[in-house]
Amino acid sequence: MKIRTLTLIIVALAVLVLPWLLTNFRVFQLNLMIVYAIAVLGLNLLTGYGGQISLGHGAFYAIGAYTAAVLMDQASFSAYATIPFAAVVCFAAGVLMGFPALRLGGHYLALATFALAMAVPQLLKYKGIEAYTGGVQGIVLSKPEPLFELEFLGQRLSEDRWMFYFLLIVAVVMFWLAKNLINSRMGRAIVAIRDQPIAASALGVQLATVKTLTFGISAAYTGVAGALGAIAVAYVAPDSFHSFLSISFLVGAVVGGLGSIPGALFGAAFIQFIPNIADEISKCAPWAVYGAILIALIYVAPGGVMGMLNKLKKGDAK
Amino acid sequence: MDGFLLQIFSGLANGSIYAAVGLALVMIYQSTHHINFAQGEMATFATFIAWSLIENGMSYWLAFFLTVGIAFVGGLVVQRIFIRPVERAPILNNVIVFVGLLVIFNAMSGWIFDHTVKAFASPFPTVSAVFPKYISGHQLGSLGVTLAVLLVVYLFFRYTPIGLAMRAAAQNPDSASLVGIRVSWMLALGWGLASAIGAVAGMMMAPVMFLDPNLMAGILLYGFAAALLGGIDNPWGAVIGGFIVGVLENILGAYVIGSDLKLTVALVLIVGTLTLKPNGLFGRRVITRV
Repeated sequence: MKIRTLTLIIVALAVLVLPWLLTNFRVFQLNLMIVYAIAVLGLNLLTGYGGQISLGHGAFYAIGAYTAAVLMDQASFSAYATIPFAAVVCFAAGVLMGFPALRLGGHYLALATFALAMAVPQLLKYKGIEAYTGGVQGIVLSKPEPLFELEFLGQRLSEDRWMFYFLLIVAVVMFWLAKNLINSRMGRAIVAIRDQPIAASALGVQLATVKTLTFGISAAYTGVAGALGAIAVAYVAPDSFHSFLSISFLVGAVVGGLGSIPGALFGAAFIQFIPNIADEISKCAPWAVYGAILIALIYVAPGGVMGMLNKLKKGDAK
Repeated sequence: MDGFLLQIFSGLANGSIYAAVGLALVMIYQSTHHINFAQGEMATFATFIAWSLIENGMSYWLAFFLTVGIAFVGGLVVQRIFIRPVERAPILNNVIVFVGLLVIFNAMSGWIFDHTVKAFASPFPTVSAVFPKYISGHQLGSLGVTLAVLLVVYLFFRYTPIGLAMRAAAQNPDSASLVGIRVSWMLALGWGLASAIGAVAGMMMAPVMFLDPNLMAGILLYGFAAALLGGIDNPWGAVIGGFIVGVLENILGAYVIGSDLKLTVALVLIVGTLTLKPNGLFGRRVITRV
């Protein structure tokens, strides 16, 4: 146990120092990775733990991003204050989507959510709300300024580095909440419904309530990620929320490991950094690589990275 | 009134393509109880093959039938290689494999044929022989082709021994295999047929929408909407659903919501049908034993 605490402290210190060792652009990429980790975690709560498939979480990400952007742009909210709003709006949107989801299983749900993901960019471009959303052009924001000046290892505390720490705090809180949720009565109900819906309802679990709430919570997570993403990038536009965004979240969840909370980190690292590497082969290669890895993982390691790590651990214990 | 009729006719022409895509989905659903998310991307890829054949000097109809043949074999091969290993796996794994296929086919279209928008020739005269005021030659032609495909599919399932075997394999796989039907191969055959029908739909759509790797992305959703509206287990329902969706989309687009929100119509139709009438207009009610 002592060794574990020690490694934790070392890892935490390394993470805290990390942004000062990298160029500003790399820090920006790390920021996006943290954002994706929260989004993937949200999807994992629904798909990994709840067993409900969603190909439409890009839509909730977009709604979160636009909630934050419109509040900052139109109502001059501070960036930090928009996040609870994004969570609430996306929770409501998720619950709304959760109602039809009650009746839909498996493929139908995947299909309905996929339609949602396809429709959202179009809805965002809609002329009637252009005054708020900026239409095709989207909304340009400014990155929040650091609250104080600091110099460390010869580097300035830039907006991106400041953002890194802010995102880190939010991410730690979100992961901690998710862990507690899964270990709570509610979390056990979510898993029970996935594995044995009939037995779960016989034991008094309210199927409809729990399923709808799971959808809402999952959407809220992804919405918070969307808001953070909008702040970190300082720009939102309809076409950045293409339906393939939803697919990359699913890729992230599968790669990291369905039904695993720390897996979201690996999944996010995968969807943030693998395309950069594959990009050097061809412009279209990232998606071909995504697809191939997705299928290969389902065949050989349905548990994703975390599944493999757990297997290794068990092998050591023997 | 002329404008309205024009919308109806072009809605019917688009609807025939949705009907074909919907039919392809229903066929896979009937034989495997899966919904193939990669259907649209596979059709797009086949359309690209047709395009490059025609570009290389092949006559249209030769390229057309050759592409249908390639798509059939391609669908068969995809089922054998990618789908068979997860045939008995949970739904989530299946959906993930379909999504993987969707992404791969989309990327391959872009990779091999690049992203520039291409014009795709129509084999039909520009002026229609009947009602030239309301319907273009291509629209009439694609309507005719789709109806012919539907007829062939109907005859195939109704009157040929293989069609009968496929229906048996879908309805009761255990008994079917006891009487010597190779169920797994029947599923592969279903994939091949669906892929071929998808290719026809793609080639009919390309002259209207222009050819690029995302040609069928939206059309797939309309096909889904059509299949669901008609009842996912009923081929005729899918066809009628396709025409309804096509006309509805055009009329709503022209008079009510504008062309910007057409995909939203598909979304509302899908969610609406699934919520209010999950078996569709013509589907059979499925009773699950608890």
